[in-house]
Amino acid sequence: MTFESPIIEWAPLAPVLIVFAAAVLGIVIETADPKVWIRRRLQVALALVATLAAAATAALQWSVLDGDGTRVVVDRIICDRHSLIWMVMIAVFAALAILLFSSRVGGDDAFAPLAAAAPGSEEEREASEKGLAQTEVFPLALFSVGGMMLFTMVSDTLILFIVLELISLPLYVLVALSRRRRLLSQEAALKYFLMGAFASAVYLFGAALIYGGAFSTSFTIIDTAIVQYHGREALVLVGTVLALVGLLFKLGAVPFHAWTPDAYQGAPTPVTAFMAAATKAAAVAALIRFLYLAVHRFEWEIAPVLWTIAIATMLVGTVAAIVQTDIKRMLAYSSIAHGGFVLVAVTSFEREALSAAVFYMLAYGLATLGAFAVVGQVREVTKDGSLGAEATRLGQWAGLGRRSPWMATAMAVFLLSFAGIPLTAGFIGKYVAFKAAFDSGGWPLVVVAVLAAVVAVFFYVRVIVLMFLTPVPEDLKDAVEVTESTGPSLVVGITALATVLLGVVPSVVLDLASNAAILVP
Amino acid sequence: MLSVTWLAIAAPLGSAAVLLLGGRRLDRWGHWLAVAASTTSAVVGVGVMADLLSRSDRAVQQHLFDWIPGGELEVSAGLLVDPLSVSFLLLVGVVGTLIHVYSVAYMEGDPRRRTFFAYLNLFVAAMLLLVLADSYLLLFVGWEGVGLASYLLIGFWNQNPPFASAANKAFVVNRIGDVGLVLALGLMFAHLGSVDFAGVFASAPTASEGVLTAIGLMLLLAACGKSAQFPLQSWLGDAMAGPTPVSALIHAATMVTAGVYLIVRSGPVYAGAPTALLLVAIVGAITLLFGAVVGMAKDDIKRVLAASTISQIGYMMLAAGLGPVGFAFAIFHLITHGFFKAGLFLGAGSVMHGMGDQVDMRRFGGLATLMKVTWVTMGLGWLAILGVPPFSGFWSKDRIIEVAFIGEGMKPWLLGGAALLGAGLTAYYMSRLFFMTFHGKGRWTEGQHPHEASALMTVPMIILAVGSAALGLIFAIGDSFVTWLEPVTGHVTHEDPVLAVPVIMTLTLVLVALGIGLAYRQYALLPVPETAPVASLAVQAARKDLYQDSVNSVLLEYPGQTLTRTLVFADAKVVDGAVNAVAAGTVGLGGLVRRLQAGRVRSYAAMMLVGVVVVLGIVILAINGKGWF
Repeated sequence: MTFESPIIEWAPLAPVLIVFAAAVLGIVIETADPKVWIRRRLQVALALVATLAAAATAALQWSVLDGDGTRVVVDRIICDRHSLIWMVMIAVFAALAILLFSSRVGGDDAFAPLAAAAPGSEEEREASEKGLAQTEVFPLALFSVGGMMLFTMVSDTLILFIVLELISLPLYVLVALSRRRRLLSQEAALKYFLMGAFASAVYLFGAALIYGGAFSTSFTIIDTAIVQYHGREALVLVGTVLALVGLLFKLGAVPFHAWTPDAYQGAPTPVTAFMAAATKAAAVAALIRFLYLAVHRFEWEIAPVLWTIAIATMLVGTVAAIVQTDIKRMLAYSSIAHGGFVLVAVTSFEREALSAAVFYMLAYGLATLGAFAVVGQVREVTKDGSLGAEATRLGQWAGLGRRSPWMATAMAVFLLSFAGIPLTAGFIGKYVAFKAAFDSGGWPLVVVAVLAAVVAVFFYVRVIVLMFLTPVPEDLKDAVEVTESTGPSLVVGITALATVLLGVVPSVVLDLASNAAILVP
Repeated sequence: MLSVTWLAIAAPLGSAAVLLLGGRRLDRWGHWLAVAASTTSAVVGVGVMADLLSRSDRAVQQHLFDWIPGGELEVSAGLLVDPLSVSFLLLVGVVGTLIHVYSVAYMEGDPRRRTFFAYLNLFVAAMLLLVLADSYLLLFVGWEGVGLASYLLIGFWNQNPPFASAANKAFVVNRIGDVGLVLALGLMFAHLGSVDFAGVFASAPTASEGVLTAIGLMLLLAACGKSAQFPLQSWLGDAMAGPTPVSALIHAATMVTAGVYLIVRSGPVYAGAPTALLLVAIVGAITLLFGAVVGMAKDDIKRVLAASTISQIGYMMLAAGLGPVGFAFAIFHLITHGFFKAGLFLGAGSVMHGMGDQVDMRRFGGLATLMKVTWVTMGLGWLAILGVPPFSGFWSKDRIIEVAFIGEGMKPWLLGGAALLGAGLTAYYMSRLFFMTFHGKGRWTEGQHPHEASALMTVPMIILAVGSAALGLIFAIGDSFVTWLEPVTGHVTHEDPVLAVPVIMTLTLVLVALGIGLAYRQYALLPVPETAPVASLAVQAARKDLYQDSVNSVLLEYPGQTLTRTLVFADAKVVDGAVNAVAAGTVGLGGLVRRLQAGRVRSYAAMMLVGVVVVLGIVILAINGKGWF
């Protein structure tokens, strides 16, 4: 058996390579061990430049792309307009998330000063006093971002698995790094890791079954194999379902969602924002590529599965969000519900679903980044008057509109966008997503989706009422403070503006997204 | 000027915004900004007309911006400049500007004069949007805009509760008409696939008569609301609560004629809906008599004029209901009426100004020598509305009476008869108003010193009076106005009326003379009692607006209230009950989900495992019977 090395088109990989190169460079900087303040600045600048350059390079690829797309590595990694638009989106989300990563409140960032120290130990206190910082978070995030961008191009079950792990492993570590409530953070990371390992195993089992039935890991070959090899359909189909479970896990679809609330709550808020926006976008992109290229001939067989999961996801996400009393947990459940809403579009197997999903995840991601940016700014005040952990109890948000009108207004915009109220991006997103499903005959799904969306309005508006119409409780007057540091304020401003703009003049992005609705096999 | 037609709307709109947002610092000169904005509209109107006259193609459509792009409904915001819309542009611009100038003096000393002018500008902008729009949807925006401005201005002195409730009444009644327009829009979109004029008119000839009739009836409902036509006429009398310049501009000259505009504009729709068109004529005929009868019994000078407006718009509706043959005359009368009725209202305002806001005509009398300018200008308006040759009304109203007599069977006799009778009644109540105010003995209350108003008020009155006197003649020479409107109404050769034209004309003039004579004997020669004497049942009914409010109460208000009460009860018990139950259920469900989410990682894994098994079960069920296993 001879090994023939494939011909690789390096140019379309440039955005991914830039991010990976920056990540490696970041590690090199860490090993050189300069002073904390130098390290921090270098890392932030590097990460920002890398993500923005990646976004720009991907956009440049769009303009020089030959036809609809090119094969980067045989038929296993494909760069087409669909993957490019997702790459730009993920890179932009990442850049905004890096801004959140870099924010410091009262001199402290969101991450543990010395991750190796046991929570509450003497070492930890010392590290904190010395002003140490784990600036490795930036290269870690960059590795994950590179993986996500690659994720959108992968057209091979095995490479998909490797990239999935590449995305996940840095995230497991990042989740564990919270400066405050470290036990909660570490517990969340462990749970995320265990569940993620479980999901990966299920995925790998599915990929193996598919290989057993189709004799290949290539999406294109699986597609033709489904009709070629009679008698092995069941094998491929069962494999497909198991592989889907692995992908849906990343999307947080019910019943594979259980890790989401814990991980979102326990993780440092910038990491939560990053996971909720970028990881989900990547998961949707990969899910679409897998469903639409590899197994679309099983459309009718897997439709009941996808429908059941979509409905369960919307209902559980919405219903559970109602009873939450912690804003991060509420947003976590809301993000589960949004995963369900985007599934509504994806299950239609129509071309317009591709552009609908792009727009939906863009609208959702922007609002998510903005909302978590605000969450990171609302702080408890400790007894000695310094700023403490985030005030995530809903009760602590009462009267926020009085404390910080701009932050509260922006938050209201994000919540309205989540709720799908007109003149926000979320409305257009829901509209195009539901329309795609409706046009392909999925009206029962749309009915459930609309009902769930109506119920969801309740808990979004409840927060708005709390912020603007409820007075600040006496005992909390001095116990909560809204810091308005530069990085997060910038993120809040950009995302709020984009949310409104996309709601008022969506046509620019909708046109781009519909141009991107082409998958090259 | 054609390219800047939009400025006619933008100028007053911008001015309104500046005045509303600018605050007190604009109090000193804000009203002149408003006058300038309105003048801009008038100047643009004149320029546009000049441009249009020099063109062979008399209908220009201007695209402004894509309003509602994409999907099955594509609407762009655009203006349609054609003889019809330009006629309105000029009427609103010129009369509007005159009334703006008049208001500067009339509202002097009112602490909220700036706000008043902002609303007035808002009205002008909305009204021009209404008439210049190139689609029903954009027209609807203007339609609602004038409704809002009208509401704000009727209730301008809302510290007086009856005035505030008059504004509410106008708003609510108008809303009924607006529903008609919304339904018409829906019908058009559903059956004709478009809501812009060009699209609707293009597909109207191929649509079924049923659809067109339905649209026509809904448009008529809309027109009845806005133009105070039977059975939605009740709000206009109360609307006189607003400052008099408002009554002159909005509730006489322009806004209330929007219904007539709507019908005439929708000519191609009515071309396929003869039944709806006949109903338009019938509504017009009923209303013109209704208004005239009410006008004969009222003692409040503004309410007489309001009743007269209802009646005169009835004439226009009647003409519009006669089809293309009447369209041009409806608009002709609309324009002349705009001038003389505005003049009459400004005259009434001048009288009230001189008499310390007195409106009861029984306390006027003998003002002719003291308020000469008002006397002469109102006199000209009076002669114009009566249709005395050669004043304006003669040329426009008599033509309506003539065309009402065209047709076969009973229709011309009934419609023509009503129009003819209306002319006589008009002569009586308008002469009654004129003589009671200016002639006979002075019956003033103590401490009143009638005096003429300042030039700011009299000059607009004089200009309007000149218009009332001469406009009809100018427009009638060589049928110039009818020819000017032909690109919109189409060229019609009309048949002869059932009675010879000279006969109709003579009959009309005899009736008018009779009306004047009766009124002169009763109100100029004989003494007028200072309080209304006990009168016959018929007069009592007329004084109470023919019981229109009581009818509305019995037919609509009481059943409506009962319905509302039932609904409130049902809402509280059934709907809220269900909602609360659902909410409680949802929260319960949420609690259940929360219990599943206990934080134990082994239970999460178990949940996932169960999930995998369940989805596999589903897929196996789905392919059951395919023989794949």
